[in-house]
Amino acid sequence: MSFTTATPIAPEAIPRLRRGRVQVADLLPRLVLAPSFAIVLVFVYGFIGWTIVLSFTRSRMMPLYQFTGFDSYVRLWSQPNWYMALHNIAVFGVLYIAFCTALGLLLAILLDQRIRAEGVLRTIYLYPMAISFIVTGTAWKWFLNPGLGLERTMHAWGWTGFHFDWLISTRMAIYTVVIAGVWQAAGFCMAMFLAGLRGIDGEILKAAQIDGASTVATYRRIVIPMLRPVFLSVVIVLAHMAIKSYDLVIALTGGGPGNATELPSTFMYSYTFSRDQMAVGAASAVIMLMTIAAVIVPYLYSELRERPR
Amino acid sequence: MAFLEISALSKRFGRTEVLKGIDLELEKGGFLVLVGPSGCGKSTLLNAIAGLEAVSAGEIRIDGQVVNGLHPSKRDIAMVFQSYALYPSMTVAQNIAFGLEMRGVPRREREAAVQRVAALLQIGHLLDRRPSQLSGGQRQRVAMGRALVRDPRVFLFDEPLSNLDAKLRVDMRTEIKKLHAATAKTVVYVTHDQIEAMTLASKLAVLRDGALQQVGTPAEVYNRPANLFVADFMGSPAMNLLPARVAGRNGSAVLEVERDNEPPIGLRMPPAASGAALAPGQPVILGIRPEAITDPAGADRGSAAIDLVEALVEVVEPAGSDTYVVTRAAGKEVIARMRADADVRPGTRMPFAFDLSKAVLFDPETTRRLF
Amino acid sequence: MTARAESGPVGGGGLGRVVIWGLLLFFAFVFLLPLFVMVVTSLKTLDEVHAGNMLALPQHVTIAPWLGAWGRACVGLSCTGIKGYFGNSILMVVPAVAISTLLGALNGYVLTKWRFPGHKIVFALMLFGCFIPFQSVLIPMARVLGILGIGNSILGLIVTHVVYGIGFTTLFFRNYYEAFPTELIRAAQIDGAGFWQIFRRILLPASGPIAIVTVIFQFTNIWNDFLFGASFTSGANVPMTVALNNLVNTSTGVREYNVDMAAAMIAALPTLFVYVVAGRYFVRGLMAGAVKG
Repeated sequence: MSFTTATPIAPEAIPRLRRGRVQVADLLPRLVLAPSFAIVLVFVYGFIGWTIVLSFTRSRMMPLYQFTGFDSYVRLWSQPNWYMALHNIAVFGVLYIAFCTALGLLLAILLDQRIRAEGVLRTIYLYPMAISFIVTGTAWKWFLNPGLGLERTMHAWGWTGFHFDWLISTRMAIYTVVIAGVWQAAGFCMAMFLAGLRGIDGEILKAAQIDGASTVATYRRIVIPMLRPVFLSVVIVLAHMAIKSYDLVIALTGGGPGNATELPSTFMYSYTFSRDQMAVGAASAVIMLMTIAAVIVPYLYSELRERPR
Repeated sequence: MAFLEISALSKRFGRTEVLKGIDLELEKGGFLVLVGPSGCGKSTLLNAIAGLEAVSAGEIRIDGQVVNGLHPSKRDIAMVFQSYALYPSMTVAQNIAFGLEMRGVPRREREAAVQRVAALLQIGHLLDRRPSQLSGGQRQRVAMGRALVRDPRVFLFDEPLSNLDAKLRVDMRTEIKKLHAATAKTVVYVTHDQIEAMTLASKLAVLRDGALQQVGTPAEVYNRPANLFVADFMGSPAMNLLPARVAGRNGSAVLEVERDNEPPIGLRMPPAASGAALAPGQPVILGIRPEAITDPAGADRGSAAIDLVEALVEVVEPAGSDTYVVTRAAGKEVIARMRADADVRPGTRMPFAFDLSKAVLFDPETTRRLF
Repeated sequence: MTARAESGPVGGGGLGRVVIWGLLLFFAFVFLLPLFVMVVTSLKTLDEVHAGNMLALPQHVTIAPWLGAWGRACVGLSCTGIKGYFGNSILMVVPAVAISTLLGALNGYVLTKWRFPGHKIVFALMLFGCFIPFQSVLIPMARVLGILGIGNSILGLIVTHVVYGIGFTTLFFRNYYEAFPTELIRAAQIDGAGFWQIFRRILLPASGPIAIVTVIFQFTNIWNDFLFGASFTSGANVPMTVALNNLVNTSTGVREYNVDMAAAMIAALPTLFVYVVAGRYFVRGLMAGAVKG
């Protein structure tokens, strides 16, 4: 196929001889995009606005547009459940991100060592991402079932003193969510880090060899610092997934025992739909949104700005 | 005994033999350039010397010591890479000192060494910068600094100038030559650019498909190429390679070169070939460089073997300092280099002066040089 | 710059390899364990489940739990198995994936080949929509679906998934088309091709890879969704994931763990199958959704 000259020709510069209506042809692309854009404006931004509005009302079971100022927020911050949720999201979020990143990096580095079965192993580490959080939660719920699950297996193998009732322990239940969550997402981190490792110029590694750096020193001083952008992406995505995580908790612990694994997402749902406290639910949703925006917006801004044109 | 000795070096990748029995020697302080087209194995050979690639057979000795099994960092070598391979997250000073650090050299000494090298390469003002903040030429200097600071036995260069623009390349080439003269280090240098090879080398090794084609000084390789490949590869524009036939004319041997629609050219035998056993009718390939075919006024007055041939000028290419003139013989284009102010016009016939003292003959079957 | 033909720094002798392989196999074991347990449990009788060790292979392999899960299990009040809900999910997923993918392709096309002032902002706004917590639009969406009369229906879910999938699909296609040479478009324009023709004849045929990535990504996400399903449907209209959760979490009667596991497997099989068959594209979708460009 022959190419035209290098100077790009703006679509507007080409005379539209086929139709006499120059106007429509120019507008057509925008018309095509418009419905999607309108949908996004309405269903994303419009609805967010609506939710924000609702959070300032007295809505209970149904929306009730009587404005009460920051009442709902005050009520929100006086709920012990909310504090539980915040505590849990902090614990869960930090551990989830830390362990996923560490495990993902470790697996990526291991797989990067010219392993013949790399394809198979990668498939094994990543398959949890393909299944629903509900399935994950269900599987782990069974796996950690006190009495019939891991505990029983350990007993059968001789460790009769082994005790694993985290699932029903108010203190430890949140850690089961961490375990299941890391199991699901570590493969994703691994894929990201592996891609980053593969992008490293081979000559740098050769130079490190000639400089006499051991494998450990090479990874520590040279390779891992070069992966900084990947770390950033991974942390952002994981943080985002942690804040949104709802399915996993529902399936694994249902938010319990009691409210031991309450998270902002479960809080919002239960207050809106089960407890008929729509305004408070809306307020909690707004808080969730603000948290995510604080993380995502700077990231998106820097990514979009640097785009090479 | 030479400083760097490579004996019967072979390397296999699966079934393909990438290096086929290489034998090379380099004296201390020499500048060996490995040159050849892409895929000829020159980088593989360099990596083998460095220890970055294992060899299948053969030996590599540096200063008498067999280094085959040694880790690259234990061979006392340093390497400068095509893409500079600077560590992006470290400053220039840290980059240069990294090898010393890995060897446990104390900080005081490291810093002193870095300062020394920075002064030599004039990069002292860049020491606190990161590689991403440097220009291509500056990065190249830092890469060289990293190699110099280790004071190794052998310096290895892997196409270090390929990523630079033309002007910078010429400047850096001169710098490398000056550095070599100043430090008297032993260098093995890989490039695909034969002009770079010619200007830098004290010894030139031409490779093709993993086999050595010729090893010698630049002058030797240029003026007396060992085979057709070397003849064609070295020199720009390339050497004219014309099929010819040995014939007898008036009792003496002549080279006959066919022409379309014209009687063949009869050229005297190159002086170097006199006394050789050449059968009448034997086909040969005449190799003669463009600068040995000139306008009559521009011919070398010191030569006793000039033949004037009238030929049709097909194309004239003025190149500023010379004019390249293209004519035809034996079904091929023949490029001649004439003085810039020679009076040449396309479509006209004019005499071409062939300086046979600079010509060589090749055997068409074996492609090797006969004389 | 040389691409890496081999991975990893050379070095680390025999012991190193043993450690590396040991760790890799250990983690492979850990990753596979829950799946193994699920499968094994789903093939046991309930007595065996109670009696034995969850890791033990079944003494008598039985597919009764699978059949039970499919046709007999009790989800909520009705005990007709999960087959109905599986069907719901399929009815929901197919149109949602098709429509959102098509819209994404068109949007990507416009945003990259028919640039207009403000296109970056439009894209940014659409992109941000991918990242919002859905809790922040749950209430209004429930209201609007109710108002439109599709409150408790598959159609409502289809609309929901299309709406909230457009951001991702547009992102995928936009990045892909960005790398597509614009000269080909200009050449076609000079040849007289119009907007739709260029799309149909030039871009679409070249969109195979990204279409597969997008379809797989959307399929996986929509099939696996729970929040929207739980919020906008109830009773007989819920998708597979919600039904599974209800099934597993019913507090009445005896907990049939083997049936639970069978149901979970049935729910997981479609996306797992897609993953095993087209894993490469799945990974690309994951990465594209996370990292720009």
